[in-house]
Amino acid sequence: MSRADAGAQTVKERAGLALNNEFLRSAVRFTTERLRNGKQAATAEHGNWDDWRERGRQIRLHTIAHLDYYLNAFAENARANGAFVHFAETAAEAVDIALTIAKHKAASSVVKSKSMVSEELHLNQALEAIGVEAVETDLGEYIIQLAKETPSHIIIPAIHKNRFQIAELLSKEAGETLPPDTAILAGFVRMKLREKFLEADIGMTGCNFGIAETGSMVLFENEGNARMVTTVPKTQITLMGMERLIPSWADLEVMATLLPRSATGQKLTVYMSGITGPRRSEDADGPDEQHIIIIDNGRSLQLGDPEFQELLNCIRCGACLNACPVYRHIGGHAYGGTYSGPIGAVLTPALKGNVAEWDDIANASSLCGACYEACPVKIPLHDMLVYLRRRKNEAGRGDKLETAGMKGFAAVMGSSGRYRSAVSALKLGQRLVVRNGEIRTRIGPLKGWNKYRVTPALPKQSFRDRWGTVEAELRRDVKEMAPETEAKLQALIRQRRNGGDEHDG
Amino acid sequence: MKISLFVTCLSDVLFPQVAEAMARLLARHGVKLEFPKVQTCCGQPAYNSGYWEESRQSARTILDAFEDSDFVIAPSGSCTHMIHQYPGLFREDPVYWAKAKALHHKTYEFTQFMVQVLGVTDLGAQFPHKVTYHPSCHGSRLLGVKEEPMALLGSVRGLELVPLPYAEDCCGFGGTFAIKMADISGAMVTEKSDHVLETEAEVLVGLDMACLMNIAGNLRHRGEQVRVMHLAELLYEGVSHT
Repeated sequence: MSRADAGAQTVKERAGLALNNEFLRSAVRFTTERLRNGKQAATAEHGNWDDWRERGRQIRLHTIAHLDYYLNAFAENARANGAFVHFAETAAEAVDIALTIAKHKAASSVVKSKSMVSEELHLNQALEAIGVEAVETDLGEYIIQLAKETPSHIIIPAIHKNRFQIAELLSKEAGETLPPDTAILAGFVRMKLREKFLEADIGMTGCNFGIAETGSMVLFENEGNARMVTTVPKTQITLMGMERLIPSWADLEVMATLLPRSATGQKLTVYMSGITGPRRSEDADGPDEQHIIIIDNGRSLQLGDPEFQELLNCIRCGACLNACPVYRHIGGHAYGGTYSGPIGAVLTPALKGNVAEWDDIANASSLCGACYEACPVKIPLHDMLVYLRRRKNEAGRGDKLETAGMKGFAAVMGSSGRYRSAVSALKLGQRLVVRNGEIRTRIGPLKGWNKYRVTPALPKQSFRDRWGTVEAELRRDVKEMAPETEAKLQALIRQRRNGGDEHDG
Repeated sequence: MKISLFVTCLSDVLFPQVAEAMARLLARHGVKLEFPKVQTCCGQPAYNSGYWEESRQSARTILDAFEDSDFVIAPSGSCTHMIHQYPGLFREDPVYWAKAKALHHKTYEFTQFMVQVLGVTDLGAQFPHKVTYHPSCHGSRLLGVKEEPMALLGSVRGLELVPLPYAEDCCGFGGTFAIKMADISGAMVTEKSDHVLETEAEVLVGLDMACLMNIAGNLRHRGEQVRVMHLAELLYEGVSHT
C-alpha cells in the first residue's frame, strides 16, 4: 500500500514530513491524549494497578518461557475442537496458506477484523492479486484501506486523520457528500459493511489471546464487527502470532483487566468473544470450517535472547504509543514499519533480525521511559532501544562521525587530566562564538540544538576549580552532624555490608 | 565516614553553582563532603548511544573515584540512574562489576539523600515566588524520585507551587537525541516551554541540569525571562536570606 510519505527513506526524513503536517499532529495529539487520560483514570480507579501489572508480566514471562509446551497444547486442543491448525515460519508461508484456503474455497471476498498481524504479512495485496476482494471491517482499518494507507497506530489505525478528512474519503465511496458528523459517517459504514459481511466467503481475524488449555481464541473489540466476521462467513481463518498464548481462562481474567484499561481506558471492551472450534450441530451460527494460522515471522528469533525475549510479552494494547512524547509529535508512519511507537521501534528491527534497513528507528527516542511506565506487562522498551543502538555499533554499522566522536569522548573522559585539558581548550575556543554569555551560532553539533535554543557559555571557573575555596570556607564554620543522623548513616553502612541495603531505584 | 560529591560533568563545567549550592546545603546539616578529582563523566552519552566500551572508559573514573566512599551524592537523577546501570555495563568484568554493585547501593540523588537519608524536609528556606516544577524522566520514572522534591518545595516559606501541565512529559533532551533528531527534540522542548509559560510561574525548578538547560535554552531562544534553577540553587538562595 502506498503511503503519504513514500519517498522518505529514514525516520528523520519521515518525521520531518510529519512535523510539518499540522493536521496530523493535532489529530494524533487529540486522540493519544484522550486515550492516555482514559487509561490514567481507569488505572487509578482500579486501585492495585501495579500488582496486576506484575501478575500480567509473570503470566507472560511464564508462557513465553514454556512457549513450546503451550503451543503444542493449544494446537492439540484446537484440532480436537475441529479446527485446522497451520504453522507458518515466515510471512510468505503464512500468505501461501491463506491463499491456498481461499483458492480451495473458490472465495471471491474476505471480510477482516483485528488485522495488525495481517498487515505484517501484507496479505490484502496478495489476496487481491488472485482476485479475492479483502474488506477491512474495523472502522479505522476500513478508513485507511479506502485511503490506501497503512495503520499509524496499533489500535487506532486512522489516528492521523481528522473527521473532515474521513468525511471526504467516505463521501467518495458513497458517491455523495457526507457531512463530517461521526454518527452519520459511522451509519454509512455500517450499512456498507453489512452487505460485505453477508456476501463474504471467508472471515479473517487476528487474535488477542489464544487459550492453550482449550485451544480457544479470544477477541476484544468495540464495534461488533469481529463477531460478524467470525460468525457469518462459512469459512473462518484466524491469524495468530505464535506468542499470543496464555495458559488458561483463569489467566484471561488478568489480561482482560489489563488490556482494555491500557488500550482505551475501558474496564472492558464492548464485545469480548471466546471462540472454540467451528460451528457445532447445535450452534445457531458460526463457520463450518475453521483454520488457525500460527505465525512466527521473526518472533522465535527473540526466544533465548536475554535482552529481547520480553518483547514477546507484548499484548498490543498501544499504551506505549499513547504515552510516547515522540509518537505524539511524529505519528506512526514515521516509524516506517507495521508497528509504530516505542514497541514498533523495537519490534520492527527485532522481527527482521536487526537488519541494517531498520537500524535508524531506535534513534527516534529520548529514552524517557514513558513507554515502560505505561506498559501493562512492564516491558523495558527504553532499555531495549539502547541494546539495539549498541548492536548496531557492534555490527560496525555505527554512524562514522558519531563513532569518531564517541572515541574522542572516551579518550577525554577516560582520565581527569585529559578532561581538564579539554575543558580548558573549550573555554579558549568558545571565545570565538560567545556573545553576552550565550552561544547562538549554528555550527557543528550546535546546528540542530541552537535552531531551537541558545547555549550557555562555559563559566570561567569550573566546579573543580572553585572547590578548594569552597571547601576551605565550609571547613571553617563546620557544623557537626546530629548524633542521631550519624547513627542512622552508620546503620545504613552496616546494613549494606551485610548485603541488606537496597535503596530505591 | 566518607561522604563524597559526584558533581556530574555538566554541573562541573557549565553549572558549578548547582553543585556548590548542594555542598553548602549539606554542610548546614553536618555533611562534610569530599570531592575526588579523578571523577569525570558517568558515561551516559556513550551508553545511551550504544557505545558501551567508550562508556566504560568514562565510567571507570567514577568507580575509581568513589571506591572508598560510604555515600555518594549527585545533583542529578539521570547521572545517578546511570550509576545504577553500571552492574549491567560491567557484567563481563568481575573486578569492576563488584565495584559497580557497591557504588549502586551507596549513590543517591540530592533530594533522595536529603529526605530519605538525612530525614530533612524543612531546610528553613524562604522563597517568595511563583514556582513550577518539572520532574525529569530518569529521576522520577526510573529512579523513583517523586515525593522528595515535593516535600522539600512544600516546606519553603512563601513559595507558591503551580502545577506544570503535562509535567511528566519528556522535555525532549535525551542526550545525543537532541542533536541527532533535532527537529523532534525541538518540537518536544517547544511544547514543554509552552506549558511552563502557561503556568505564569517566575521560576522553573528541577533536579537535572541537562533537562533544565534544554528548557531554559528554548525559553531564552524565544526571548522569555522565566528563571530556571536547580532545586539545590533555589533552596540555598532561600536559606541565604534568612
